[in-house]
Amino acid sequence: MNSVPQMSRQLRQQLGFTLLGLATTIVVLPILLLVGYILVQGASAISWEFITAMPREGMRAGGIWPALVGTVLLTLGTAIFAVPVGIAVAIYLAEYAHDTSLTRLIRLAIINLAGVPSVVYGLFGLGLFVIFLRLGTSILAGSLTLAIMTLPVIISTAEEALRAVPQSFRIVSLSLGATQWQTVRRVVLPQALPGILTGVILGLERAAGETAPILFTVAAFFLPRLPRSIFDQTMALPYHLFVISTQVPGMPLRIQYGTALVLLAFVLSMNALATVIRSHFRRRRQW
Amino acid sequence: MREPKFLLENVSYIYEDGARALHDISLCIYPHKITAIFGPAGGGKSTLLRLLNRLNDLVPGRHLEGRVLLDGEDIYAPGVDVHALRRRVGMVFATPVPLPMSIRRNLTYGPELAGVRDRARLDELVERSLRAAALWDEVKDRLDEPASALSGGQQQRLCLARTLALEPEVILLDEPTSGLDPISTAKVEASLQELKRRYTIVIVPHSVQQAARVADHAVFMLQGELVEEGPGELLFTRPHDQRTEDYITGRFG
Repeated sequence: MNSVPQMSRQLRQQLGFTLLGLATTIVVLPILLLVGYILVQGASAISWEFITAMPREGMRAGGIWPALVGTVLLTLGTAIFAVPVGIAVAIYLAEYAHDTSLTRLIRLAIINLAGVPSVVYGLFGLGLFVIFLRLGTSILAGSLTLAIMTLPVIISTAEEALRAVPQSFRIVSLSLGATQWQTVRRVVLPQALPGILTGVILGLERAAGETAPILFTVAAFFLPRLPRSIFDQTMALPYHLFVISTQVPGMPLRIQYGTALVLLAFVLSMNALATVIRSHFRRRRQW
Repeated sequence: MREPKFLLENVSYIYEDGARALHDISLCIYPHKITAIFGPAGGGKSTLLRLLNRLNDLVPGRHLEGRVLLDGEDIYAPGVDVHALRRRVGMVFATPVPLPMSIRRNLTYGPELAGVRDRARLDELVERSLRAAALWDEVKDRLDEPASALSGGQQQRLCLARTLALEPEVILLDEPTSGLDPISTAKVEASLQELKRRYTIVIVPHSVQQAARVADHAVFMLQGELVEEGPGELLFTRPHDQRTEDYITGRFG
């Protein structure tokens, strides 16, 4: 009599675990398929020339060098603007700002900014940087636009990382005669750094892969040379991929997938970098 | 009688929500004595302790009435350097919190912020404070290992040593042995008896028994009020107030 509900409970548990495992598989499967498919379709296009040559014959031949360089430059430009500002804002919000209705409003705004569609950032960048500030379609305008789009991500993850540092560390540091800033710099920031860097890289990754924000602010349809200054236009991988997939008739499929593969590899290697940095800091921890 | 180190004059402390944590406390804390502030939870003992190094400055919207004098000077007067004050009035907390650094860096953290740069001087401070906290022999060969690798009892003695490295005048201890085993507790209590020769010590003990063991001067607090104070040997044997007697004989609390 007793063993029957026992059995069914075990059975239910088995069933539960199976369902959870199935859900996990369903999540992993598309990612594997996507990466695998692009790899299979695009691998044959990858060569030294494909990476380092200028596009030729209306982009139907040659390489993607200027687009790759453009994306690297835009990512760096985004980092230069977004990282210091984002971390500074996060420190202010997490460590200094009192919980007033104003700071709550600021936080709400930041969270909501993260949900604004990227094409809206693109239009905003066009209006503010390209036209109003007369930066023209340029690497500078594109980087600033991408930076504004990236800021909410960096701010919220960095604030999260700072808040995860136990309050007791702060109290102990203050009780030892440290000022609030000394406490932040010597105790809180080092603790939060791995988390902050993860957020930074996640944000930059998104910036590297976006098309819409650079569409009106920097991206060149076809510019088979490297940019000469930060006021120059540039090609960029995501936009180049869009162009060769939709705008150029008679485009060899393997070039499209090859470009997608390079973009994917770029973004995934940033991801890998984040993981390496995190584990490096974890090993270096002195407690 | 010597001059009091701390003098509290009619101190009341009110939180933002209007709750009174302390009512009209007047109290002298004398140097080279262990003053034990004891009583049931929620009586304002920790609040009182944190008034003495202004650690309650961090609580928003608090309100303090009365005066807190250290060597005759109001520590809440405008223009007081609160960071220098906290170096003069060091604190050890109930839960040992080693900073996420090596043992050595934990000890040099305060002095370095105070401007001590000289290597030899820092090394000397490290050794002296670890010896005074009875931890030197156990850690002298692994000063550069993470402080978190120490046992709970060792961590608490490290925290005591860290406070001593500030070369303070007063040491505040908020239930410093509440998480410790009896042997570690005995070590800390023995250190206190040594330390009182050089410092003024104020402790919130974690039990009446500990209060009775360590107190030169005992202060009984109940619901934010100072009920009774007196020399330890008198207060625990012949209390005047019925509430004190009821508490120390275990009738409540």
